[in-house]
Amino acid sequence: MTEIVAMPAGAVTSEAEKRGQPVWRLLLGRPTFDVGVAILLFWIICAIFGESIAPHNPLAQQLLGTNKPPSAQHWFGTDSLGRDVLSRVITGSRSILIIAPLATLLGTVLGTALGLALGYLRGIVDTVVSRVVEAVLALPAIIIIFLFVVALGVSTLNQVLIIGFIFTPLIARTVRSAVQVEGQLDYVPAARLLGERSGRMMFVEILPNVLPTVLVEFTVRLGYAIFAVATLAFLGFGVQVSTPNWGTDISASYVLLGAGYWWETLFPALAIASLIIGINLVADSIEQVLAG
Amino acid sequence: MARYLLKRVGLAIVTLFLLSVIIFFAGEVLPGNPARSILGPLAAESAVRALDHQLGVDRPLLTQYWSWITGMLHGNMGESYQYQSPVEPLLRAALANSAKLAALALIVIIPLGILGGVVAALNVGRPVDRIISLTGLSAATVPEFVSGIVVIVIFSVVLKWLPATAQAPAGSSFLTQLRYLLLPAIPLVFVLFGYIARMARAGTIEALDSDYVRTATLKGLRRQVVIWRHVLRNSLLPTITVIATQTGYLIGGLVVVETLFNYQGIGNLIYHAATAKDFPMLEAGVLTVGVIYMVATLIADVLTTLLNPRLRTGAIR
Amino acid sequence: MTETAPSPAPGPATAPPDAVLVEHMDVSYRVRGQDRRALRDVSFRIGRNESYGLVGESGSGKSTVALALTRYLPRNGRVSAGSIRIAGRDPLAMNAAELRDLRAHAVSMVYQEPGKALNPAIRVGNQVAEVYEVAGLSRAEALERAEAMLGKVQISDPRRVTQRYPHELSGGMAQRVVIAMAIAAEPSLLILDEPTTALDATVEAEVLDLIAGLRAELDTSLLFISHNLAVIAKMCDRVGVLYAGELIEEGPARQVFDEPRHPYTVGLLRCIPRQGQRKDHGRLDAIPGFLPTPGHSQPGCIFAPRCPIAEERCRDEAPPAFDVGVGRSSRCYLHDSVAALPRNTPADVQLPAPPSDAGPIVTLRNVSKTFSSRGEEARALVGVNLDIERGETLGLVGESGSGKTTLARALLGLTPPDAGAAIELDGKPLGGDLRKRSGTQLKALQIVFQNPDSALNRRHTVRRLIARPLAKLAGLSGRALDERLADLVRSVRMEPRHLPLRPRQLSGGLKQRVAIARAFGGGPRVVVLDEPTSALDVSVQAAILNLLADLQAKEQVTYLFISHDLGLVRYLSDRIAVLYLGRIMELGPAERVFSGPHHPYTEALLSAVPSLDGQRTDRIKLSGEIPSATNPPTGCVFHTRCPRRLASGICEVAEPPLAEVEPGHLMSCHIPIDQLTNLQSKARMP
Repeated sequence: MTEIVAMPAGAVTSEAEKRGQPVWRLLLGRPTFDVGVAILLFWIICAIFGESIAPHNPLAQQLLGTNKPPSAQHWFGTDSLGRDVLSRVITGSRSILIIAPLATLLGTVLGTALGLALGYLRGIVDTVVSRVVEAVLALPAIIIIFLFVVALGVSTLNQVLIIGFIFTPLIARTVRSAVQVEGQLDYVPAARLLGERSGRMMFVEILPNVLPTVLVEFTVRLGYAIFAVATLAFLGFGVQVSTPNWGTDISASYVLLGAGYWWETLFPALAIASLIIGINLVADSIEQVLAG
Repeated sequence: MARYLLKRVGLAIVTLFLLSVIIFFAGEVLPGNPARSILGPLAAESAVRALDHQLGVDRPLLTQYWSWITGMLHGNMGESYQYQSPVEPLLRAALANSAKLAALALIVIIPLGILGGVVAALNVGRPVDRIISLTGLSAATVPEFVSGIVVIVIFSVVLKWLPATAQAPAGSSFLTQLRYLLLPAIPLVFVLFGYIARMARAGTIEALDSDYVRTATLKGLRRQVVIWRHVLRNSLLPTITVIATQTGYLIGGLVVVETLFNYQGIGNLIYHAATAKDFPMLEAGVLTVGVIYMVATLIADVLTTLLNPRLRTGAIR
Repeated sequence: MTETAPSPAPGPATAPPDAVLVEHMDVSYRVRGQDRRALRDVSFRIGRNESYGLVGESGSGKSTVALALTRYLPRNGRVSAGSIRIAGRDPLAMNAAELRDLRAHAVSMVYQEPGKALNPAIRVGNQVAEVYEVAGLSRAEALERAEAMLGKVQISDPRRVTQRYPHELSGGMAQRVVIAMAIAAEPSLLILDEPTTALDATVEAEVLDLIAGLRAELDTSLLFISHNLAVIAKMCDRVGVLYAGELIEEGPARQVFDEPRHPYTVGLLRCIPRQGQRKDHGRLDAIPGFLPTPGHSQPGCIFAPRCPIAEERCRDEAPPAFDVGVGRSSRCYLHDSVAALPRNTPADVQLPAPPSDAGPIVTLRNVSKTFSSRGEEARALVGVNLDIERGETLGLVGESGSGKTTLARALLGLTPPDAGAAIELDGKPLGGDLRKRSGTQLKALQIVFQNPDSALNRRHTVRRLIARPLAKLAGLSGRALDERLADLVRSVRMEPRHLPLRPRQLSGGLKQRVAIARAFGGGPRVVVLDEPTSALDVSVQAAILNLLADLQAKEQVTYLFISHDLGLVRYLSDRIAVLYLGRIMELGPAERVFSGPHHPYTEALLSAVPSLDGQRTDRIKLSGEIPSATNPPTGCVFHTRCPRRLASGICEVAEPPLAEVEPGHLMSCHIPIDQLTNLQSKARMP
């Protein structure tokens, strides 16, 4: 005799709720999540300890050993300035792994706040702001990001801010929908009948229920942020700092593909691909577990 | 329903107007003086100012905007700073090129994506489904230049089957042009596949689980009939909307792919215009892209309304 | 394909096969690597042209029976033991083609939510025609037959309806279409799974009559699945009672309901209010404990943990099905002593009478609410005048579109009424929008919603949910708050160990108790109960209703009790208001409204609701559908369907005022009260 039931009729339950287990444990059980996290951890370690792990100094130029194919000494070959590609690939993870998560975090925080306000408060503000958002989003995000970076410059701060601000309406849109769905449930009028004010309604009542959506958005956008940073770098707008940068390396070396020097372009490209796939595996698993 | 369509078109026009305003005034944010960039850093200040006046950039902003937008509507898109020649023909040629590439990508991807999604849905949970889903997910988010490079390395450098540029020599036959466009289309196809397959899969799964499919099956209909007649009709509806929104990603992808493959399309045009601070070209290009995207979403909305009986008849009892 | 007809009763071997023969069937679901039995050792038989009812609460497995018979179990389900024969054929042994044939010609199914059962993208006519096409007819013929069939299920203007899409049909009409599709194939077995649960009372009555009529005409057997015992009593010859996957009692319907032979059946029947039972007199009796989770298994009788007369042997070994009469069986060792089953709660309690002279606590004057969408105006409430007396329970009754929910929301300030409305609490005006109300006013009016899954914030703990009103409305904190919290928890018969839990970890009944505790936390004066037990199982309902009655006495609150279930309304309410299309048709003391004389609409409503009591008056059939609020009829809004419409034509022209016809009893009807009394008592005489 127990009052704990497997699945209350009519409730929308996520897989996590159904099983009654904490979310993280369910996640660890999924192979896709495990693989994704493994990839991420690998690159994070590379980003932090890059110089200690890399076999050579990524910045050391060797004018006599330029464009050498992969060999025992240089597993990934050397580039047009004689630098070891493997070392550059390892240390190149740093800039992307700084900019992308920061930008995504900014966009998520702002976007969630905006989405909550628009979804709950509705009214004229919502109509107007939504119109403006739709107008801005009439352009593909990457183009907007690109244009702003061209205009404002390529510093780390700029990239974080620009990508973050572009993400804000995207995330706000999703959060707004989720908030509107919550608004159909009866606990919202029940709380209003207690005299709760709007601020409390949004952040104490509704936000905890849309957090799964926010988390999924964060992980999905993170993938897109990495995509954007890498693409910017490829287009010639990567952050110009001393540490290597995958996108910049690619943009510098892809002209050499015709000459047959494929390794200096391919390996950074594969690095980017693996990082993004890793994040997507994680995002997909989180979505499966939370959305049910 | 006509009322809805009118409302929708009206909304699109308003949004376009907003967009044009944003684009124009964003151009003001870009640092750099147009005359200066044309004449170079060593030109005399007075010459710069004279050219400024000639270009009309010293007039009040609103006047500039007005003459710009009215010019646009008449097909006069101004003169490019880079090439010192009218924007319009250059833009048109670039659009045509991009259209060929985009068309190729879409022709491949729409049937492929839908098929992939439906097959995945019909085999939910089984290996086929997991493979299609994960492939789609990964392919969709790997940057186009990454997949482009991998593809170039494999097919052009190592195997030497296909050329690494997209521009076929002038006057080539249709088939030759196709051969050149094949490689650049692949990264675009990758990106689109993920989203379209995902949408088709979700829509099909929802239809398969529905009560009306249960009714149809329990009537004694063959599974093929149930899928064709009952499932697909309902599952493909959301997919249509997605295809239209994918034009956004497609265009974004064009910027990268065209640069990588050195193809004179609109993406490439915008890229060079931005880096060269060529405002007329840039603004015209971005506005065109915006218009295309809005038209695509408008068509998608209209199609959805036409195909969904619930929206078509309007009344909800 | 076997043609044998194994039958428990001796009979000639050449007798035609039963419509359904199920023997010792087990159905299991594979969940996360483990097998859970949803049905255990179920055996029953449905003869030709017989109507068999399957009764059970949630988790009993009744829908699983239907799915097993049509072989439409989900991928992880299977018949793990036993056999099924439909008209002598074994569906489990068939290949795909034979199975299609079975589904097309021998078995048809109708279930809840008719709107969802139809493909939204295909016209109705084509969907019905599909059945005929499967039978081999040409397209043109199929369409013709489809149209004819729609006429047969009493759809007026079938030609127009064939061109419609499902979303354009009302619930009742959609269900008729589904029934048309089901009988078009002339099946030998028609399975109905809660076919009328989603429909309004008057529409339900018509659909049930339709089914009964068709059955007589077509010589089809019925398997009728429902949680509603009254509907089963009306529609079925025999009934089987399912509890937690086991068929614990079986027999002729009337006999089982009049003289049950299993403690669960007895308990279940005692949870349903019958005529004469009131909240203080002849109380409903709750079944202690909780429904077992689906797939739960234990040694011994499955009902033993909740049974008041359970013995040692009941817990040790599961009882077999005993023969207790002709065609009757019961899975209970003590089936003979069941008649004297002791109650779990007292039958009579003392509830204080409400104070009679202090004046109404809430007055509503000229409350209207008009909703506009897309240029159309829907008048959900029209000029409602109502007084709610201190300490009473006012029942609000009506079908969909009646405006009862809108009225409650207007009272609470959730949906501000149109201008010109005046709502007063204790003689002081109440702002239309709750944001304009004072803290004291907010405190005074609270609500218990229908669905606790939706009404409780699933991210908050029980403690927080109950404590919040204490802090915000009652202004308590610290020690005082803790004490009052503990007191509340006790009052709703929960335990402190429930406090740190979240709603999803609780059963439906417990969740509703949390919602009730929350409503009472601030010390309200008026509590709106919006279908408080509709989302709960029958056995849980009784406990909640009695709890509500007790709380009312203890905390001295006034109730506005909204329900579509007339039996419950009669049980709990002191006075009743009947609403139709946003207007009050009748208002008066509960017994007067029920026994008569009453408004013709009330009369029709009462005759439409099936009752366990069995005495059937001649049913008042209402013609047509409930009109839309955007286009209400002229004059008396009920006149289009009223069977007692006056010949003088006044009903079409003038809206009757809500006038007193006897002390405390108001009606909105042109028929003079003496004439009405006369007509209605004549109708009741055999």
